[in-house]
Amino acid sequence: MNTGLNEYILAIVTCEKDKIKNGGCPVFLAQGQEEMEHISLLLARVLGGVVHDLENGVYFVCKH
Amino acid sequence: MVIATGIVAGLINRWLLLRSDYRHYPTYPHGQLIHLALGFIAASLGAVAVPAIAKPDYVAVTFLVLAAQQFREVRNMERETLMKLEESKIISRGTAYIEGIARVFEARNYLVIMTALSSSAAAQLGGLKYAFIVAPISIIVSLRLMGGSFIGDIAQVEKGRIDFKGSLLMVEDVVMMNVGLPQTRQKIMDEGMGVIIKPRDDNARLNLDNPGQRKAIIHDVVSILGSKVDINETELMPLARKQVDQGYLAFFVVANEPDIEMLIEVVKKVPVLESTRGTTLFSYYGRKAAD
Repeated sequence: MNTGLNEYILAIVTCEKDKIKNGGCPVFLAQGQEEMEHISLLLARVLGGVVHDLENGVYFVCKH
Repeated sequence: MVIATGIVAGLINRWLLLRSDYRHYPTYPHGQLIHLALGFIAASLGAVAVPAIAKPDYVAVTFLVLAAQQFREVRNMERETLMKLEESKIISRGTAYIEGIARVFEARNYLVIMTALSSSAAAQLGGLKYAFIVAPISIIVSLRLMGGSFIGDIAQVEKGRIDFKGSLLMVEDVVMMNVGLPQTRQKIMDEGMGVIIKPRDDNARLNLDNPGQRKAIIHDVVSILGSKVDINETELMPLARKQVDQGYLAFFVVANEPDIEMLIEVVKKVPVLESTRGTTLFSYYGRKAAD
């Protein structure tokens, strides 16, 4: 039985911490674009999710 | 002799109706055995009916009707098997497709009974040589009946251009999904394939609207061309989304075999599911609204 959280933001990855107000999920701060991509890739693999881009320097991982 | 004719005709019919093709079902040898055995039972039932009436033995005929009820179970059996297998698939068939397959399996047995019945009736009434004429005809008729229609009959399938608008993956003018990572975007641009499925009329549009039908398309494509989706790596999931204003469908896949020509052929050969068939043009208001 699948008991995972679907259609829910599992993690937020960003370089700009001012863009995020507390939202009930872990926020990972990265130093620069490269690290941001790397962290979100790792998180997506581990969580079985997909990385989405909000086009304002914020990535998040969500499972569908 | 009469009964044997019916059984042979029915069994041949069932054998011809067994398809071990791309839909991956029933490709398992045991599955084929089960269906041939059930086909044999169905053929015997059909074959015995006419001699029983001719005798006349009405009790036997009543029992035949009771036995025919058993074939309802075939549908349940198929449904259960496919539902169980669904859990172990990365890209699922979808319940609408399963329901369609299960119904077809039940129907095939009734066609076998019909073939056996008509051939044994011909043998009983006219002699063996008539049976040799009637049996092939009824087999051809039942193959025709089981044909069904395909996506290629109800829609035009064309190549679609893949593009990114910011982080949004587009196939022509349809938004498919948001892709975050630049590496993934590059991979999609290099290996992704897009197809546009344009319905020919309003019935077809409603049909393509149905998520069950879309799942069937995705499943058939993936079961032939493969996909680069893995457990926990769902970024390259094949998708079918509709253009909400025009009603056509955009389909996207990253396949192991990047052959766009074959992709179009595969999509054309996806069966139209009975349960999702659009019928608006058969109703008065639907026809009025369409013009």
